Amino acid sequence: MQTIDARGAFCPGPLMELIAALKLSVIGDQIEILSSDKGSAADVPEWVAKVGHKMVGVTDKGDHWSIIVEKAK
Amino acid sequence: MAKNILIVGGGLAGTIVANGLCRQLAPQLRSGEVVITMLGTTETHMYQPGLLYVPFGRIREHELFRDQRKVLDRRVIFHVDPAKHIEVAKNQVSTEGGRTLKYDYLVLATGSRIMPQTIPGMAEGAHWFYDLEGARKLRDALSKFEGGKIIVNANAPHKCPVAPLEVTFMLYDYFKGKGLLDKCEITYTYPIGRLHALEPVALWAKPEFDRLGIKYETFFNTEKVDPEAKTITSAEGVTMPYDLLVTIPPHQGAQVIVDSELGKGGWVPTNTKTLHRDGSTNVFVVGDTTNIPISKAGSTAHFEADVLIDNLASLLTENRMARDYDGKVFCFIETGTSTGTYVWFNYTTPPNPGPPSQMVHWFKLAYNRLYWLSAKGLL
Repeated sequence: MQTIDARGAFCPGPLMELIAALKLSVIGDQIEILSSDKGSAADVPEWVAKVGHKMVGVTDKGDHWSIIVEKAK
Repeated sequence: MAKNILIVGGGLAGTIVANGLCRQLAPQLRSGEVVITMLGTTETHMYQPGLLYVPFGRIREHELFRDQRKVLDRRVIFHVDPAKHIEVAKNQVSTEGGRTLKYDYLVLATGSRIMPQTIPGMAEGAHWFYDLEGARKLRDALSKFEGGKIIVNANAPHKCPVAPLEVTFMLYDYFKGKGLLDKCEITYTYPIGRLHALEPVALWAKPEFDRLGIKYETFFNTEKVDPEAKTITSAEGVTMPYDLLVTIPPHQGAQVIVDSELGKGGWVPTNTKTLHRDGSTNVFVVGDTTNIPISKAGSTAHFEADVLIDNLASLLTENRMARDYDGKVFCFIETGTSTGTYVWFNYTTPPNPGPPSQMVHWFKLAYNRLYWLSAKGLL
């Protein structure tokens, strides 16, 4: 599984990094994004639902979130 | 035995590194202890941010270009001979011209490129300004445009993260200047749920767009463009008609990085502080080529290059690294054709843009010329 460490990344930010990574992935690939931006814990699931990918999980790690998404289309 | 530093890529990052090393390693270059070689893809160096002004007739094309040999310190051995295969296990790079160059230290500065062809219909149905040919075509399209629906469409990933906002504000001013505003409807689309990746910039842009009557559609990632029907459709299921589509195409890194299996999409896994390629101690990555999750922008390349120059010079003269890259990025933001602002941030300091002013716009115009001093490593 590919992990993108976007902690402390102000621009382009965790969701944009995830979108870019998914473009280079194939269906079934899972990507973990680490984010210290609490907004990402809400933004990423919202976007994943809109597009139709699969949310595997969001885990609060204390000082950051681990968000795992599976490419579904 | 001379130490060979090989720089692959002659854009801003590679050029600043080459020129900065020449200044720091002057005695070693004179004695022949160090040799600096650059592999580029073209004889000319282009000031890429200047492309933004081409569609609006606000920069002359010749101002965008300089002879790369004149931008580079004369002590750099410069070959216009693109790298074909990079073999980090063998410390060597082969070129399209048949050269095989060994190195002690390698700097990967191969940059990024637009990939409109990765989205069906985009190359045929959209305009862009991220290369000269595209900027010229957009200039021609604008000169003939008499009104209608304009869509400014940003795609991930892209370099120069403020350019989508800048071109939107500049289009507004352009149409206003031509007396076409009442016949134009501008809609801005963005991949995530706000108007810009930087939250403070997004919060500033939203009321500005509302005030100017610029519409927006967020969570919009282009799935296809239909050049016949003149529609653009997002992966999120939204289809919009357009009369003029100005896109910021998705980007990828250089093909040689992909072919050399150094990174998916042409982005090289890179240590965020030392700029080492992951897994290498003598390969560094700088500018757009890295996979570091920060802005792909000239200023990023510049600040990374400054750190890399210190570290390479220090490794060669003191056998130690000098300092870490702190993630610094600085971007001017044109907020029209007569005002601008700026934003800076690093890994620990969030951005905080100030109010737009004529002064910052003038400074940006001045920087359009000062750029060449940056490339020479003087600024």
